[in-house]
Amino acid sequence: MRSHGTALSIGALFGAGLVVSGMAVPTRVIGFLNVAGAWDPTLLFVMASAVGVYALVSPRVLRRQKPLFSESFGIPKNRKIDRDLVLGAALFGVGWGLAGYCPGPALVALGAPSSEVVTFAVTMTVGMLLHSAMKKEPKAEPLVAASTPAE
Amino acid sequence: MGSSSFLPALFGGALLGAAGVLLMWTHGRVLGISGIYGGALGRAPDRSFRLAFIAGLVASGMVAHWLLPTAPLGRSPTPLAIVAVAGLLVGFGTRLANGCTSGHGICGVSRVSVRSLVATGVFMALGMLTACMVHAVLGVRS
Repeated sequence: MRSHGTALSIGALFGAGLVVSGMAVPTRVIGFLNVAGAWDPTLLFVMASAVGVYALVSPRVLRRQKPLFSESFGIPKNRKIDRDLVLGAALFGVGWGLAGYCPGPALVALGAPSSEVVTFAVTMTVGMLLHSAMKKEPKAEPLVAASTPAE
Repeated sequence: MGSSSFLPALFGGALLGAAGVLLMWTHGRVLGISGIYGGALGRAPDRSFRLAFIAGLVASGMVAHWLLPTAPLGRSPTPLAIVAVAGLLVGFGTRLANGCTSGHGICGVSRVSVRSLVATGVFMALGMLTACMVHAVLGVRS
């Protein structure tokens, strides 16, 4: 399907961007995050360039009637700054600072499998599944059912 | 910073931005890797789209590795046990925050979304704090 071929190509383009920019090399990312060490500002320029292109061009895309392969543009509508957002970002930040991987670079680097990146990818997947499982869980029921006989 | 990484950084970053724009144009979606990957793990109806995208992502890594086998692609200097913990934190945290460096940091920031600006500020700050501490305590050289 043309839609899937396009998705694959865009994924590959994004991956190429990660590789070319150096963001798929954790030591470079840690070099940026470790502001107390020999600071490597590369990530700043990568983000600035990415944001620059996206900010400049996406408004023009959004003026179109509809995307090529779907019915409407999906921009997140949630505007709340809530605990989940802040806590989630904090947990993510800690994980990112520890190993120097975030989801995109980790997946790209699976193309060059190493024990580090495979370990990360596996536990990242587990972490995501854990979140899904917790989200589905209803509020804890009382431990004692109404009709439990007295002990 | 070596001058050698400045132009590739700008060019690579532009590719990231371009990919984001293209995804919005073709599929009307925010390019957020944690969202695309996380959603693929569940029973999302658009699973095949997600798998195709991720396949492209991994394939580009494979090509890069084939072209430059000695490049330190994805080799974290952090001890494996800590890498494992980092993965859990990144997996759980990105889903809780509904985004990561691509979804919030690039797409959300470009839209001047307050949620994304806050999220990005928080994960950047915590990332920096953590990296500084890890470097000091573990002597992880970057």
